Amino acid sequence: MGTVIQFPQRTKKNDGHPEPAIGAPQVSNLRPGKNRLTFLLKTGQALALAVAVCFSLGATDAGKRYLDLNHRLMCTCGCAEILGECNHVGCPNSTEELNLLSAGITSNDTDDKIFDTFAAKYGATVLAAPPASGFNLVAWIAPFAVFAAALLGTILLVRHWSVGNSGMATQAADPEMDALRDRIRRETGEEGGY
Amino acid sequence: MATFGSFALLIALALAAYNLLAGALALRVLATGQSFPISPERLADTARRAGIAGFVAITAAAFALIWSVFTNDFSIAYILEHSNRALPGPYKFSALWSGQEGSLLLWAWLLATYGFVLRLTHKTDVKLYAYAGTILASIQVFFLLILNFAAPPFALFRGAIPEDGNGLNPLLQYPEMVIHPPMLYLGYVGFAVPFCFGLGALMMRYPGEKWIKTTRVWTMVTWLFLTCGIFLGMHWAYAVLGWGGYWGWDPVENASFMPWLTGTAFLHSVMMQEKKGMMKGWNVWLVFSTFLLTMLGTLLTRAGLVSSVHAFAQSSIGTWFVVFMGLVLAVCIFTYVLQRDHLRAEHNIESLVSRESSFLFNNLVLLVACFVILWGTLFPVISEYVVGNKVTMGAPWYNRVAVPIGLFLVLLTGVGPLLPWRSTSMRSIRRNFVAPVIALWVTVIACLAAGVNPMKDNQFDNGNFYALVAFAVCAAVLTAIVSEFIRGGLVISRQTGKNLFAAMYLLTRRNTRRYGGYLIHIGVVIVVIGLAGSAFNSSKESEMTLHDRLTIGPYTLEQVGATQDDNANYGSEWAILDVYKDGQKKFQMLPEKRVYHSTNQPQTMVAIHSLPWWDLYVIYEGTNPSTGQPIIKAIINPLVGWIWFGVAFIVFGTAIALVPSITPSTASLRVTAVRTVPTEPVLHGGD
Repeated sequence: MGTVIQFPQRTKKNDGHPEPAIGAPQVSNLRPGKNRLTFLLKTGQALALAVAVCFSLGATDAGKRYLDLNHRLMCTCGCAEILGECNHVGCPNSTEELNLLSAGITSNDTDDKIFDTFAAKYGATVLAAPPASGFNLVAWIAPFAVFAAALLGTILLVRHWSVGNSGMATQAADPEMDALRDRIRRETGEEGGY
Repeated sequence: MATFGSFALLIALALAAYNLLAGALALRVLATGQSFPISPERLADTARRAGIAGFVAITAAAFALIWSVFTNDFSIAYILEHSNRALPGPYKFSALWSGQEGSLLLWAWLLATYGFVLRLTHKTDVKLYAYAGTILASIQVFFLLILNFAAPPFALFRGAIPEDGNGLNPLLQYPEMVIHPPMLYLGYVGFAVPFCFGLGALMMRYPGEKWIKTTRVWTMVTWLFLTCGIFLGMHWAYAVLGWGGYWGWDPVENASFMPWLTGTAFLHSVMMQEKKGMMKGWNVWLVFSTFLLTMLGTLLTRAGLVSSVHAFAQSSIGTWFVVFMGLVLAVCIFTYVLQRDHLRAEHNIESLVSRESSFLFNNLVLLVACFVILWGTLFPVISEYVVGNKVTMGAPWYNRVAVPIGLFLVLLTGVGPLLPWRSTSMRSIRRNFVAPVIALWVTVIACLAAGVNPMKDNQFDNGNFYALVAFAVCAAVLTAIVSEFIRGGLVISRQTGKNLFAAMYLLTRRNTRRYGGYLIHIGVVIVVIGLAGSAFNSSKESEMTLHDRLTIGPYTLEQVGATQDDNANYGSEWAILDVYKDGQKKFQMLPEKRVYHSTNQPQTMVAIHSLPWWDLYVIYEGTNPSTGQPIIKAIINPLVGWIWFGVAFIVFGTAIALVPSITPSTASLRVTAVRTVPTEPVLHGGD
């Protein structure tokens, strides 16, 4: 017979403040701004945790895993197709690769180990996307870094323009150019679109 | 015919060189006011006429090559390599672009054709067109130099001439392949024209934005060709390659997509220059970049820099392209630096939340998308150069990196038109965004209820998640655009007493550019819905003996026979499949496999049964070598038809946008009327 382990009862932490009476409105001892900040932080943590859990969960059954992995590998016969989509009957490579993948899944190898086995046997080009390590990390980071930098740069630029705008706009506006543009619109029957 | 063709190409080169030199000299004399024995106007006109004559010469060369294909002149090495006697007539035309030399001749011929139109319409603005024509001649000289000295299409075969040719690549023997490459080339080559106008206008410090209007029309036509070319290519890949998809992020596909993205950015930002005198330098660089990307695309696919499944013609002309692109870039930078004060903006953006900002962000996202695709295309080369290892940048990488950026772009498509010019208020945001936000959340709930679950089987599903986001964003964007139509239609309806649909028609005619643009956006949304459908693909593969059955989705396929045929060009075998739904036979499908005699290469001819909600896509993969039984793969591809329907919408919208709006007098009536109806605050600042 197993031993029953008694978990200690969770006790309410009393920091010296009197507990409110039942039915009385709960009054927070925190300032409203700090309260909101705490709530936002906790929500953020919960969301981050949920996303992390979502991304870290692996495939639950072998069939799905097989399908998932064969779409992350390339057929090496030269057809440049994803392994799971190579449709050449009698393809010299895809059957062998698929068998290797099945063996890896059957022996419960991790995804990384399967990819390492493939890369060792067929070269790094067998992976449909480069692993996020070493120099290849640049491949993954650069697009988002460029996007973030461009976005930030644009926002800062627009804010810079809008701060000193009122003076600049009137100085830079050229009535002659405005008149010319209006004339072009009239002559071409265009309203300038949008 | 080989001698005639070669001679025509030499004459074309001489004429293009004269066009360039005489044109440049005339413009120089005009600009500096120096004295010259011949009047610069006359000199410029002779240059223009030389350009027109050059078109005739290149046309003669193209005709010579096509004639040689049709007469099976295998003494020409190119014809021997890319055609054979049994090749059907329409595919003989395809031989023109199936190889390196022929496709370059097509480039040169299309460029000369665009140049011909440009030079004939020179009276629109003689000086600007003279600049543009001269710059265009420099591009023609480059291509004609290659055609005459590096990749001559009329080179003779050395040795005993074989009885028959090697035949055309089987992948090109499909009806769409007679249209797709010329369409794509029309798009590629066409971007040379806005480039010439942009560079010419900058060189001559063209006053005002009239050049932008001229360029916009050329760019829209070119953009339309490129769009059609890209989607025809997608459809060809779907129907011929037989893997069930239509876009594989192949370098050749990417090469066509990159100039499309920068061209799209230009078509949007150009409105800022016309309307507000902003983004002048930006627009000039967008035009330059788009042209350079078309050259880069040609380099990527023709010089063998990156490997591709459908780079049909490769050779070592890469150095020519690199040198030419370097020269073009140097000229662009030099001209920009010299004339940058001419590009000073007349206004600045006043608020982060305004239509001007939305244009800026739209351009930003388009350019980032272009960078991402360029990065993905070139990273294998970079990786090999830096660490000595070549890597594959396949669909999984693009799906993770490019799809979120694409969805953000679609979102901006809906947000932009809802923001007024200059600045906006919270009240205005609330009013304009209520309906789209409701549509977004209703779609999310409807999708979740219909089983689109990003947490399918307790695991995060990338495809489902992106599909859910795509459907929701598309619903919001569609609501935003439709509400814009309705809002404008109601104003017109109140003014004129017409019913809402008639009012919306009138509204579109009064500002074809704006509402044509909205129709294009609707087309894009429909395409995105179609693309999102791929998250729900399902497939089954089976070896099928007689009367074997394969069930997929609501369909059951029964193999009722297999047959063979043979003709002079290819031998084929196909499976005969009866398709049952709800226990009743509905139709028959005949997926086919061909083997071409001249090349001994196989080719898949997929059987597709299209419905609005899905395609039943059946591939005859051939026979199992050990059992001799046919192997059938069936795929249910949801919403694929929406992609092709969306493209039709885009074409329709572009055609509308190209049609001039109704008369200015009527337009002024509209302006007056809008002023008297204060119920349209969203249009504040001008529409």
